Amino acid sequence: MSDATLPAMPVSPASRWMGHGSFWLAAAVAALLVILALRGFGSEYAYFAATFVLQYVVLATAWNILGGYAGYVNFGAAAFFAAGAYTTVAIGKALGLGLLPCIAFAALVGGALGLGTGILTLRLRGAYFAIATLCLSVVLQTIVVNWDYVGGSRGAYVIRPREVPWLFDSYSGFLCAVMVVLAAAAVALARTIEKSRLGLGLAALRDDEAAAEAAGVPTLRLKLVATTISGAMMAVAGAPLPYLGSYVEPNSAFGLAYAVNAIAMPLIGGTASWAGPLIGAVLLASLQQAATVTISSAANLMIVGVVLVVFVCAAPHGIIGLFRRSR
Amino acid sequence: MSNLKDDIVLRAEGVGKRFGGFTALSGVNLEVRAGERLGLIGPNGSGKSTFTNCLAGAFPSHDGGFTFKGRKLAGLKAHERARQGLARTFQLPRPFRGLSVIDNIRVPLAYAGRDAATDERAMECLESVELAGKANRMPKELTQVELRRLELARATALQPELLIVDEAMAGLSHTEVDQILALLFRLNAGGTTIIMIEHVMRAVTEFSQRLAVLVAGKKVADGEPRAVLSMPEVEEAYLGR
Repeated sequence: MSDATLPAMPVSPASRWMGHGSFWLAAAVAALLVILALRGFGSEYAYFAATFVLQYVVLATAWNILGGYAGYVNFGAAAFFAAGAYTTVAIGKALGLGLLPCIAFAALVGGALGLGTGILTLRLRGAYFAIATLCLSVVLQTIVVNWDYVGGSRGAYVIRPREVPWLFDSYSGFLCAVMVVLAAAAVALARTIEKSRLGLGLAALRDDEAAAEAAGVPTLRLKLVATTISGAMMAVAGAPLPYLGSYVEPNSAFGLAYAVNAIAMPLIGGTASWAGPLIGAVLLASLQQAATVTISSAANLMIVGVVLVVFVCAAPHGIIGLFRRSR
Repeated sequence: MSNLKDDIVLRAEGVGKRFGGFTALSGVNLEVRAGERLGLIGPNGSGKSTFTNCLAGAFPSHDGGFTFKGRKLAGLKAHERARQGLARTFQLPRPFRGLSVIDNIRVPLAYAGRDAATDERAMECLESVELAGKANRMPKELTQVELRRLELARATALQPELLIVDEAMAGLSHTEVDQILALLFRLNAGGTTIIMIEHVMRAVTEFSQRLAVLVAGKKVADGEPRAVLSMPEVEEAYLGR
């Protein structure tokens, strides 16, 4: 066993009712409907809140590819997220590019960071791997704090473009639509991986690495693929952050909330399925957003903690596990 | 008469393995012919499982090495050896507990099998161990003997030329031992060379055409089962002076 601390939830047999292409199409249609619904609201706050929730959908889904499918718990999600945010700052400043090219660059940076982290750490297992990823976050934050080009410890301002792309009525609406598309793509990609040969191999190595090797699974290569994809997606989640608040600084970009939420959301939703992180992220991020406007943003982590404790005790396989058990 | 050298599927030459100051294997030489049924026995701690782990690529050996089908195995990882046709089972069944029984078989088919990982092929593997009726069950729902069969089915899905069966009879009843033996005889009849590591002497003597004995990491006997079991050094290893 990989000494992972996550309980291995039985995965359902490969779905026969919807192929990969159909699911991607369904995700695209769902994304379009969500964008249209948000346009119907037309409120800046609705855009902001939806963007906040959706960035967590991408982050939690990305984390789950390594943490849930392969059983390697990554405590350094905030590092990848912040790497995406600071790629936007650096590339935007250096090349004057807009959000969309910056997201592509963030994916490359996050993927490279994930691959590098994987090469350095994937011979570690269990708690040792988790601690190593936590160290990555500290190292990266120290680099950013001392890197004046991206604002150092003072942070960096990012001015939103005056012209709103395409037919959107505000830049917040555009930003939200981008996040909807990213979230839909992240979920569809996670589902494609889960139902593919790669997902089968990751599930095998999560359960027992030695047995997986004996069955012909190239475990190290698969783990590197998983860290690369997961890292790229987490960085993509963070890439729009500077535009969301027009300002980014190390303490918030590398914040504990991102690291904790990235783990808590898949755990609460269920780690063995693509739907788990989606459900967990929507539930938990919406709760936090509601708490922010009704109580205080300081209550966010407390909410995460309470919900996580309840689920770990009452439903260790998350909401998806509860649903499958009741069938 | 065929050339004996051409028939040799596995050759171990001077294999040695140490764990710190403890020598688990020392200068072990062994040849296994294609299609042979070899029993590898020895008291607890004699190095049988270490030999298996070195051969399967789970541990690197410190001295000597293995030649499988004429190719040196040094430097090949466990999954690469599996793809070469070298399969193993584990002493304690190690199913992928988060995957259904049929998905347990799909893993080797998808990654190392020489066939496409089709449902039909997976079901064939399960039928060969009489587990087809439990294809969609989870491993936790299987009995001990069914877990052993699943372990064998997962190994045979690799279509191995050499299968190492590590204590597959441990803890099984007389009838269950017979069931596993029948299965192994069928596999061997299909052309698979089998090394059986076993403590259940009835099973190993009934199954093996040849016995090799390890004691304290060294091979002390190798030959026809009855002759080997009557050797004084083998009796001494099992019964003491």
